[in-house]
Amino acid sequence: MKLTLKIWRQKNSQTKGELKTYPIDGVEGDMSFLEMLDVLNEDLINKGEEPVVFDHDCREGICGSCSLQINGEPHGPDRLVTTCQLHMRMFNDGDTIVIEPFRAKAFPVIKDLVVDRSAFDRIQQAGGYISVNTSGNTIDANTIPVNKHDADESFEAATCIGCGACVAACKNASAMLFTSAKVSQFALLPQGRIEATERVLNMVAQMDKEGFGNCSNTGACEIECPKGISLENIARMNREYLSASLKG
Amino acid sequence: MSKLDSKIPKGPLADKWTKHKNDINLVNPANKRNIDVIMVGTGLAGGSAAATLAELGYNVKTFCYQDSPRRAHSIAAQGGINAAKNYQGDGDSNYRLFYDTIKGGDYRSREANVYRLAEVSANIIDQCVAQGVPFAREYGGYLDNRSFGGVLVSRTFYAKGQTGQQLLLGAYSAMNRQINRGKITPYNRHEMLDLVIVDGKARGIIARDLVTGEIERHSAHAVVIASGGYGNVFFLSTNAMGSNVTASWKIHKRGAYFANPCYTQIHPTCIPVSGDHQSKLTLMSESLRNDGRIWVPKKKEDAEAIRNGKKKPNDLSAEERDYYLERRYPSFGNLVPRDVASRAAKERCDAGFGVNKTGQAVYLDFASAIERYGKEQAAIHGNHNPSKEEVTKLGKQVIENKYGNLFQMYEKIVDENPYETPMMIYPAVHYTMGGIWVDYNLQSTIPGCYVTGEANFSDHGANRLGASALMQGLADGYFVLPYTIGDYLSKDIKTGKIPTDTKEFDEAENKVRELLEKLINNKGTHSVDHFHKKLGHIMWDKCGMARNAKDLESAMAEIRALREEFWRDVKVPGGMNEMNAELEKATRVADFLELGELFAKDALHRNESCGGHFREEYQTEEGEALRDDENFMYVAAWEYTGDPGNEVLHKEELEYENIEVKSRSYK
Amino acid sequence: MAILSSSIARKVAMALSGLFLVFFLAQHFTINITSVIDPETFNSWSHFMGHNILVQFILQPVLIFGVVFHFIMGIVLEIRNNNARQISYKSFKGNRNSTWASRNMIISGAVILAFLGLHFYDFWFPEIVHKYIESNPLDATRYYPELLHKFESPVRTGLYCLAFVLLALHLWHGFSSSFQSMGWNNKYSKGLRAFTQFYAIFIPLGFIFIALYLHFNQIH
Repeated sequence: MKLTLKIWRQKNSQTKGELKTYPIDGVEGDMSFLEMLDVLNEDLINKGEEPVVFDHDCREGICGSCSLQINGEPHGPDRLVTTCQLHMRMFNDGDTIVIEPFRAKAFPVIKDLVVDRSAFDRIQQAGGYISVNTSGNTIDANTIPVNKHDADESFEAATCIGCGACVAACKNASAMLFTSAKVSQFALLPQGRIEATERVLNMVAQMDKEGFGNCSNTGACEIECPKGISLENIARMNREYLSASLKG
Repeated sequence: MSKLDSKIPKGPLADKWTKHKNDINLVNPANKRNIDVIMVGTGLAGGSAAATLAELGYNVKTFCYQDSPRRAHSIAAQGGINAAKNYQGDGDSNYRLFYDTIKGGDYRSREANVYRLAEVSANIIDQCVAQGVPFAREYGGYLDNRSFGGVLVSRTFYAKGQTGQQLLLGAYSAMNRQINRGKITPYNRHEMLDLVIVDGKARGIIARDLVTGEIERHSAHAVVIASGGYGNVFFLSTNAMGSNVTASWKIHKRGAYFANPCYTQIHPTCIPVSGDHQSKLTLMSESLRNDGRIWVPKKKEDAEAIRNGKKKPNDLSAEERDYYLERRYPSFGNLVPRDVASRAAKERCDAGFGVNKTGQAVYLDFASAIERYGKEQAAIHGNHNPSKEEVTKLGKQVIENKYGNLFQMYEKIVDENPYETPMMIYPAVHYTMGGIWVDYNLQSTIPGCYVTGEANFSDHGANRLGASALMQGLADGYFVLPYTIGDYLSKDIKTGKIPTDTKEFDEAENKVRELLEKLINNKGTHSVDHFHKKLGHIMWDKCGMARNAKDLESAMAEIRALREEFWRDVKVPGGMNEMNAELEKATRVADFLELGELFAKDALHRNESCGGHFREEYQTEEGEALRDDENFMYVAAWEYTGDPGNEVLHKEELEYENIEVKSRSYK
Repeated sequence: MAILSSSIARKVAMALSGLFLVFFLAQHFTINITSVIDPETFNSWSHFMGHNILVQFILQPVLIFGVVFHFIMGIVLEIRNNNARQISYKSFKGNRNSTWASRNMIISGAVILAFLGLHFYDFWFPEIVHKYIESNPLDATRYYPELLHKFESPVRTGLYCLAFVLLALHLWHGFSSSFQSMGWNNKYSKGLRAFTQFYAIFIPLGFIFIALYLHFNQIH
């Protein structure tokens, strides 16, 4: 199929960018979206132009590197997939596809479609862990039984891949879904309860400091999340935060 | 002569590690503050080691090419992690895990290392649970286990199909704690491009900031390489796009021996290649072989008709299908180890029975399982005379509960419903057992340069068992390296900061600059991918699942020619002082083009078949791998001498004192 | 205001003030609907609300504070949120993942605010002037005629109806959203959501009904 791509090109973080139009031919339905961009890049290189830079790595939907706002939605029109798992059969011959970087003040553009998501790392550094030594001299794993339902919910929250689609989809560029998934994973486990108060206060403080917007419960994040992380996590974090604030 | 001293401690197997830990030197906490360690790679092995070293008090700098340590490719591991916990009471023990691993590796791994791995495996689970890794649990709240191929016990801990992700996030959280304390300085989007050796010791690295393009000097008292495997030498593999051999190859060129490069694991159940534009292969968990039956048509005409789209797989009756694994290996059937299953698929496809457009795919069929489970469920619900539709419906529900996410993933990629029509699968490169040679302390042949995880030549011999890679990465990082490196660093307490304004750093930095400038200024006619794909084709066709002397010889020549062509004709757009993905790829492919030749050389010299290395000349009458223990029971460690085609072989003989060496049979 | 320094605290404050206003709306509606059922009751309840000391000097200021707080906070949050994405998308398909109502609370809120201005101009200011400035004698029967008089104009009636449509949209998202903000998301949430949506339609529709009823019953 033949497509028209409108891709955001930006030399670096200091310069202004713009959408540039690239026609592309010979796209097959079996190609992934990134393979389609590979074809475009090969073509650009052969023509002596600079290829489009985008983040990607595992190309199987788990590392969270790939991003891209495709036709106004993070990871494109398909549901529960990352851009690398999005296939071209989702599009039709003659379509125009607008490809932009994830946009947020906290995710500055580095080049073309690559953004800096280190804000997420700093949120986790602020408390996304359990303070246990890695000596191996902990108690036997089975001396901490965990209710299966809680363990499963904790796991579901922990499947977040940190891609930033929640921020990209949110009209407020809020990072609540990401942060709440991290808070929830630990809040649901007995091991994590011990530091729960400090954790939620510190992580939310860091999240605010990074310049993300406020949550207004539109639910866009949950719909666009490639891993289906639930809004319940945000409610849980709100709860945790309130009780932590009251405790002081 | 040989530098290959494995430094295995004396004494009985089970006491070696404890005794060793008691004997080695320690560093006083106050002195650790004055010692720096560089960690290249932040996956399971690197991340866990960085966190532990920082916690002990060392100053750690971590380097990864990804934008966050959390994206290292360990994250993609699906199935699980082995540990000899014996929670199931099914007779598991350290010895059994040790035994299974040695046997699974086709008797080509080091006894003492493997025993230590089994010994610390249980600690990994304790550690991870304490860190909040949400492993799967039973209704009673205790940890659940699943079984994996090639063993007789249930010892695999898991978190659905995302065990690697959960373990990596655990290690990353431990790292975060240390970053927050200021003990780890993370250098993300940085790539190591050379090792700096001062007075014979590894004292630093040259790294490129992938955002600004700046070339940086970093010094330390020791350098740890944990940068993973080199499966991407095949271009198409289940590895991440950025996975590379560069860090390993650079230290190899600086004096670290490369061991067993030809030991590659080809995983049998991956989604087949769909076209020329394919960039990457996707694994479908080994667990599918528990319920799926593998087959191809019996008659070539049928295979051809299917390839042309004239027939559908479901048009073929049971008699017209060849369930070749069940036919060849009646006792293990579809559950033979990975290497055996992969070779059998290739054999059928090469003989003209492949089933997709390219003829490179076999069926993995769940129809029998759906029917079996459906009948079972109907009976449980009290329906002893169910209709065919009822059976199918109930059966599909069972399959969905077990493998729903994998089926969905398959459908997204292939656009076929695997509940209705059999899945198509084909083997793909997945893991590399070979790597940098290390001694018992995980130190390479360069003093002060340690190598952990998949990057070292590891504990898996010639074939790795499922769920063992995660175990090894974390064992190395959490529990082995932090002890053994202390012994080395105890001699460095008075050294002080290593200066970076020395001639050694100058020389290394200049070399890196020259390399990058050469690539940028080459202005050839073909992209990096063009060469990478060509290399991949040579590797897959001639150094893949089955190898022979003639092909390997020609592979060596072809790779050498391709390498020369690359340096003559590669085109790298953009500049050095900016983010430049093509330049990153070019440096990596340049190293693959050297490694590829050594790979072929190693495969050519090993005149036997063992594990993942299958030489067509060395097989039994039934087509099974034929080992030559008398002549090849050694680790082949290669020394770089300026040309990958002329490296010097060093042998570390393997001695088995605690295990009887037998041939593997799955008939 | 230090307590409102975090994003979650601001959210909760928004939710609490909103819920208070939702409660007030129900009370307002209950009194107003009597104007349709029985003008006598309307007069007597209105008189009570207008002259009870507790209502006039405690609840009324609290209500005014609630309204002012809710809209100031709403504007503050809107500014902050806009600030969190300084370069906007060329293509943004919010309708693929969220409702119009949820994304445009600032618009529905602004319309409601404008309506409140009209409402104060129509009822509250005249009432304050009548009671506290002109110090007119008590008259417990004046309320219904005054109300009827206001809905003579079709333009005003139309504006009222339009405002209530926007109020419905505001409530459609805001009412249930406030529970999520306060951390209330559990197995009862589905039922609660149904109730809030019923409420979001029923109350504004009721007000529209009252406005239209009074408008078309001017003849009497």
